[in-house]
Parts: sequence; C-alpha cells; structure tokens
Amino acid sequence: MNIIIVGDGKVGSTLTSQLAKEGHQVVVIDNRSSVLKEAVNRDDVLVVEGNGATMQILREASAEKSDLIIAATSADEVNILSCLVAKKLGCKHTIARVRNPEYASQLEFMKEELGLSMSVNPELAAAQEIARIVSYPNALKIDSFLRGRVELIEIKLEAGNPLINKSLFELPSAFKVKVLVCAIKRGSQVLIPKGNVVLKEGDKITVTGSVRDVNDFFKAIGIAKRRIRSAMLVGGGKVAYYLTKRLTESGIYVKIIEKDSERCRFLCENLPRAVIVEGDGTNRDLLLEEGLEKMDAFISLTDMDEENVIISMYATHSGVNKVITKVNRIPYLDLLEKMGIDTVISPKNIIAAQIVRFVRAMANAENTTLESLYRIVDNQVEALEFSVPNGGSYLHKPLKDLALRNNLLLASIYRRGSVIHPSGLDVLEPGDHVIVVTTEEGLQDIRDIFARGSGYEL
Amino acid sequence: MNYKMIGYVLSKVLMIEAGLMILPLLCSIIYGESVAWAFLLTMVLLNITAVIMGYKQPKNTVIYAKEGFVIVALAWVLMSAFGTIPFVVTGTIPNPIDAFFEVVSGFTTTGASILTDIEVVSKGLLFWRSFTHWIGGMGVLVFILAILPLSKNNNMHIMRAEVPGPSVGKLVPKMRDTAVILYKIYLAMTIIEIIILCICGMPLFDSILHSFGTAGTGGFGIKNSSIGYYNSPIIDVVIGTFMILFGINFNIFYYILIGKHRDAFGSEELRCYLGIILVAVVLIAINITPYYGSILEALRYAYFQVASIITTTGYSTVNYDLWPEFSKTVIILLMFTGACAGSTGGGIKIGRIITLVKQQIKEIYRMVHPRTVTALRLDGKSVDKDMLIGIQVFFVMYMFILVLGTLLISLDGYDFTTNFTAVLSCISNIGPGLNLVGPAANFSLFSDFSTFLLSFIMLAGRLELFPLLILFIPSLYKH
Repeated sequence: MNIIIVGDGKVGSTLTSQLAKEGHQVVVIDNRSSVLKEAVNRDDVLVVEGNGATMQILREASAEKSDLIIAATSADEVNILSCLVAKKLGCKHTIARVRNPEYASQLEFMKEELGLSMSVNPELAAAQEIARIVSYPNALKIDSFLRGRVELIEIKLEAGNPLINKSLFELPSAFKVKVLVCAIKRGSQVLIPKGNVVLKEGDKITVTGSVRDVNDFFKAIGIAKRRIRSAMLVGGGKVAYYLTKRLTESGIYVKIIEKDSERCRFLCENLPRAVIVEGDGTNRDLLLEEGLEKMDAFISLTDMDEENVIISMYATHSGVNKVITKVNRIPYLDLLEKMGIDTVISPKNIIAAQIVRFVRAMANAENTTLESLYRIVDNQVEALEFSVPNGGSYLHKPLKDLALRNNLLLASIYRRGSVIHPSGLDVLEPGDHVIVVTTEEGLQDIRDIFARGSGYEL
Repeated sequence: MNYKMIGYVLSKVLMIEAGLMILPLLCSIIYGESVAWAFLLTMVLLNITAVIMGYKQPKNTVIYAKEGFVIVALAWVLMSAFGTIPFVVTGTIPNPIDAFFEVVSGFTTTGASILTDIEVVSKGLLFWRSFTHWIGGMGVLVFILAILPLSKNNNMHIMRAEVPGPSVGKLVPKMRDTAVILYKIYLAMTIIEIIILCICGMPLFDSILHSFGTAGTGGFGIKNSSIGYYNSPIIDVVIGTFMILFGINFNIFYYILIGKHRDAFGSEELRCYLGIILVAVVLIAINITPYYGSILEALRYAYFQVASIITTTGYSTVNYDLWPEFSKTVIILLMFTGACAGSTGGGIKIGRIITLVKQQIKEIYRMVHPRTVTALRLDGKSVDKDMLIGIQVFFVMYMFILVLGTLLISLDGYDFTTNFTAVLSCISNIGPGLNLVGPAANFSLFSDFSTFLLSFIMLAGRLELFPLLILFIPSLYKH
C-alpha cells in the first residue's frame, strides 16, 4: 500500500519503521530536515520536506495515489487539515492523531463530518490500556478483540503456582474452570498448546474466557490478587487525566501527585472525585506520607522515563500490589523486565500498534472473510478474526470432527451478541465471527484454518 | 566495520560479474572465436573467489555510511581486477597494468584506451570492453539493489556512494523499486538507440557496442577512427543526441514518464545543461567554419564533439586536436563541467557548478551588503548548508587531485598539455585529451606507474572521489 506519514516524531517514526518493514511504500513528510535525514538512513522510505498540510507538499508526496495518510504531528489542527486536504486530493483513507482532551467529545462528529477513517489519541489509548490492566491485576498484558468482548490475558506462572506440572487436559477437572490456554511462551519460544502439554515454572501463558470465568480461574489457582480499590498516580498529564476519569467512574479511589500548581488546579476542577496532591512525586517521604504502602496500585506517569522507572522500582520494593510504569523509550524494555518492572506502558507503541492493525486490516480488505489481524505475545503469534460465510461443508459439524491445522487454536466464537468459548461439541454457523490463534503466518481465509487433506481447506 | 557483510555484498558483486560475462561469452561463441575459454576461466575464478569471500548471508546485515563507501570502492576495484583476466590470458594486452587501465577505463565509462590498433582485437573482447561501459554507467551496485534483496534494512548508503551527484534521492519509497525503474529506463533507451543505429545503416554488432558506449557515456570505439569511421551525418546526429540524453538526470525521464512535466522541464540543471551545449556548439561552429568550408558541416562536427565531451563520453568524428585554440579551450572547459547529476556522465556535474557560481555571486553581493541574509536556491528550494560544504569540498578535492596527478604524470617527461588533459580526461571519465593523448592518439605512451595512477584517478572520478579516498583513512580499519 502507498502510505503517507506526516510528522516523524515518536509515533511517526515508530509507524514508519514498522510499516516500511512490512513492505508498504511509505512517504514521510516533516518540516525538519535533520529528522528526515535520520528517517532515510534508518528505513527504506521516501521523504519530503515541508508542511504536510499544504497541497503542494501533499502533491509532491503523491497523495492523490495514496491509500492512506497518517497525520501524527504535534498539532491536532495540522493533523486534521492534512487529512482533509489529502482526502480532497484523492487519498483513500485518513488517520489523524487528535490528542487535545477538549476535542475528545467531538471526535465521533469530526470523524463523520470530515471523513476521517480513524482518529487516534495516544494518551487516551494509554489510559484505556492501563484501566484494563487495573481491572485484571494479575495480567501482564491484555489484548482485546471484537471491541472488547473477548480478551486475551497473559499471566506468568511464578514458583508455587498450582498449575505447574499440570497438563492442559487436567485443568478443567482439577480447577473446575472454563478458560482456554491459547499460547505458551517458554523462554523465547512460543507454542500453541495441545491438551497434553505440561505447564512449567516461568511459562507465560495467554488465556481467554469471559471476565467471570477468568476471575474464577485466578481464584481457583490461588494467584488472584485483591481487586484494586485504590491507586496512586504520579504525574498529572493527559494520560493521568483520562485514566483518573475511568478509574473513578468504576469506584476506585485515585490520588494524583503533581508538581505544577496550575495543573493541580485544572485537575482539581475537572476531576472532582480524585484527590490531588501538589508535590514532587519523586520525593520518597511525600510518597510515604500519602500512603504509598497502603495503595493497591501505583502508576508512574511523569514525562521522564528515568523518574518513572526509579519510583516504580521503589513502589515495587515497598510492596505495592500492582505497579504500572509509563516508558516512552521502548528499546530498553528488556532491561526493565529483568529489573522486575513487568507492566510497562508506552503510549506511542500502543497507538502505533492500533494503526498498524488498521493498516493490516485494510491490506486484507479485498479478502472477504478475514476481518482483522492482531499480533500478540511479542509479535510471535497471530490472532485472526474471520467471519463465517454461507455455504461450506464445514458448517454445522462438531469441532471435534473438523481437523484443524497444527499450531492453530480456535479461541472463541461470537454469535448473535454473545461469546462462546468453544468445546469439541460446538459447531460453526454462518454469520459467526471466530477468533483463531496461531503461530502460522499468512492465513487469509476461514478455510485456511483446516488442516491440509481434511477436505475443508481452500 | 561489518566485515562479514562487506564480504557478502562483494561476493554477490563478483557473482553478478560472472553472470554478466555470459554475454561476451555468447558473443565469442557466435563468432567462433577461441577467446571463449578466457571468459569461462574468468567466470570460474570469479565464482570461486565469491564463495571464499562469503557465500552465506551474515546474521548482522546492518551497514552504515562507512561500510557503504568501502563496499562500493572495493567492488569497483575487484570488478576491474577480474575484468582484466580475459585480456591478459589471451595475450591481447599482455601487461596486466595496461589491461587494468583498459578495464577500469571501461567500468568507469572513461573510454581511454592503451590499444594502438583496436580493429585487430577479437569480437568477444571488444564486446566485453564496451559492455563494461554499460555496466559501469548505471553502477553495478544499483544493479544488485535492483535484483537482490541484500538486507531488510536500508541500502541507501550503498546507493549514495555509487550514484553520482551531490544529493541522491529515491524516486519511489522502496530502494529496490527505484533501482528497477532506473535500470528499466536505461535498458529501454539503450535498445532504442541500437534499433535506430541499425536503421541508419550501422551493422548490428557495431550498433550494440556503440550504444553501450553511449548509454554509459563511456566512449570505447571499435574502429581506430571511432565514430568518424562511418562518416555519416545521420549517425553523428543520432549518437550525438543519445549522448546528450544519457547525460540528463534519469529522474527527469521518470518525471516525464509519470506525467510530471513541470518538474521535469523546470529543472535548473537541465536548462543550464542544454544552454551550455547550445552556446558551446554555436561558438565552436563559428570558430571552425573556415576549416570545413560550410557552417552546416561545422555545426555537425561541433554538435557531435560538444555532446561527446560534455557528457564525458569521448567518441570523436574528427581530430579536434587540429582545431583552433579557442575551440580547444572551450572543449577543455566542457571537460570540467561534465553532465547532470544522476546521469551516467562524469565530471564535476552541472548541478555543482550552478551551486558554486550562485554561491560566489552571493558572497560578492555580501561584501557590498554585509548584513544581508540570503538563501541559496536551486529549483526554488534552498540548498542545505551541509550539502553546500560537501560541494565545495568536492570541488577543492577535484582540483587537488588534478594538480597532484598532473605533477606525478609529468615524471614521464611529456608536455604540459598532454599531462594535464590526460589527468583531466581521466578524472572526468571522458577518454581522449589533447596533444599526445588527443582523439587520434591513445594512452599507450605512459609508463606503468602513470598508467596505474591514471587508473586510480579514473576510479576516484567515477565514484566521486570520497568512496575511494576513504580507504586511505587509517581510523576506518581500527574501530
């Protein structure tokens, strides 16, 4: 696909690298020549210097022949204008980054009226992701599908976990739970498990199920952490704003520590249910005074990665149940994991992942049955959503009689508004949406999920 | 330095060279010549060396600017070294240094020769000699980028080191697609020229070889009197025009193909290039009219010669060494300017000359108005400071090599005009100079030392100095 990216900042450069590596034709527009020089040396892309909201520059970048423009400059207005102009020039799809909270309420309206295909807000997305993690305190990572109806949750099997040395066959009878283990990450290897796989200490397993089932599962295996009822946030930026709104709505007690008194006043006026403390969040005494040790969750959201890492380490050390750290520079992620900081949030990566997902879905648009594609577990596993068309010999047959591919698992079926976690007796019906998890790449059609020689394959 | 990756890319270069040798091999088989075995031998040697140097792709494929320079410089040296084997083993050019000069002259699209009688050389070797022009014109690494996925990362460093011009840009986002487009344009134009020359009555073999020479702006003739042998005005015009076309930045052809005519014809460099050609042709024609009797005849020779020199091809239809001093001086000046950036031509390049001239004007203006803020513009865009410094450094280095080369060559004891134009002709990749190295003569008179030095100067000129010079910086190898 021909893609134009306006603004080569944090999000822009992440997207540029990823999309160029996936084989798309990427043109980058920025008005800083030094940034463009780096882009050319880093990725196989074309660069255009200038203002990406002007017709001349967009023409130079061949906007009229492009499939997609992603405007990710620091100014919302420029992004919207870029998208508008590109759209009028003939660009097929437009994605704008709109991050100002004041525009948040009119996003849907703008999307409709201005013809944006998608608008993205890194801070909002980060807040949503953190809120989701807070609702599953045991999870390392959560990916949601079908607009949040199905969630894949990654947990780590620490020493002493009763699941260790159990095979997947035994799980339902031993713990009376109805969750499905979709993927196991053992060291750097990822496998899509069969029933006879035995779990080991240190495995990171990805499970799926309804919210209730998953919580029951956590209780049953005795690793359930207490529900989070209170959270301390350090840094009162945009992420904190969106997050606090969400958390207070679900009844969680939120305390924000923010340095700037002007900002404190703003937060206080706009977040009446939260407690705002003016002070330096890196000050140990202040954290203790404000009751860090009694908090269920600690979330560091300052602008400085280093500060966030250090205060999160301190919070972990002080025994806070769930510690979440915002980090912008992801290349050092491996290092953080080794230091015990498991749950790391990076707004630019979340947003880049969202957009890449959109692009992949677009690239597959001509295909009829593949609805969306996600990469999970460090990009080693694909989770695909297919729609089930009418007609097909595989319909209405119990799943146990259908031979599926190796390294592939049918994780869930979405039928008429409800989610089914399939067992061998369930069947596929036309109009269903199914989610499969696989380590195989390049599946295009629902019939691709069946094993070769099964008689159902494409 | 990622030595493994350098070795890997170089081994690919050698394999490609072996592959390209299939064409001259076929040619000598068709003509039933015994030199075929020389090509086969070279191909075997190339493949053996390639396998030794690094057959498997290394794990770390990341290369930076310095590796790009080194790859390009070494690739050209190695290609030239292996390219000499057929000449040496067949005894056509028994002295390896002379043969190296001949092949470097081919790959760098210079066209200077040490052969005194070209017409006795076998057809297979003649084909190989001219074919090196065609390969060297667009660049062998660009060719590799077009057909091989070298690494998933960026190969911009390699392209930048090989493609001539102060700033190298891509036409489309993907490097590989850009390289493919360039080669498609190159191949199409070459084929068109071959067809037109055939229609004009040139034998097919000669048409192919002369088209190779024109396309790469090389200039190896296959007759002792070069294009003058055919003595046909129509052939002069066809080859002259194609030389001018191959001296144009290939991006412009691409813009024309995709319908961006305004971008294409608005290029300052193109206008200036055509303007210089026009002025030079008119001036020389007026100057040489007394020699040929009619202005039409004078225009014919002036057009061909100006086209041949400014594009750095080096074909000749007449011995311009016999022209009046004024015309000879114009020709020497054209040897400096060269063709457009991003073409197959050599020289300083029109784009750099325009920038330098504009900068001089600006600086003089600033002496009158010291506080003015001015921007140097090219095609309506202001020129980046780094690029400006790059152009100045290039110009100074160019002059420095020219002067030093002339000094060293003078040890052979020939006159100044011969020495100076020989070095100028080599660094600008033209071919013939004046006096003893004029269009009717050749480079066989020089000593081995001078021949070797001139080979080096040709390589430096083709790769725009820096990739080759960087090899002499000790810190390149240390860390």
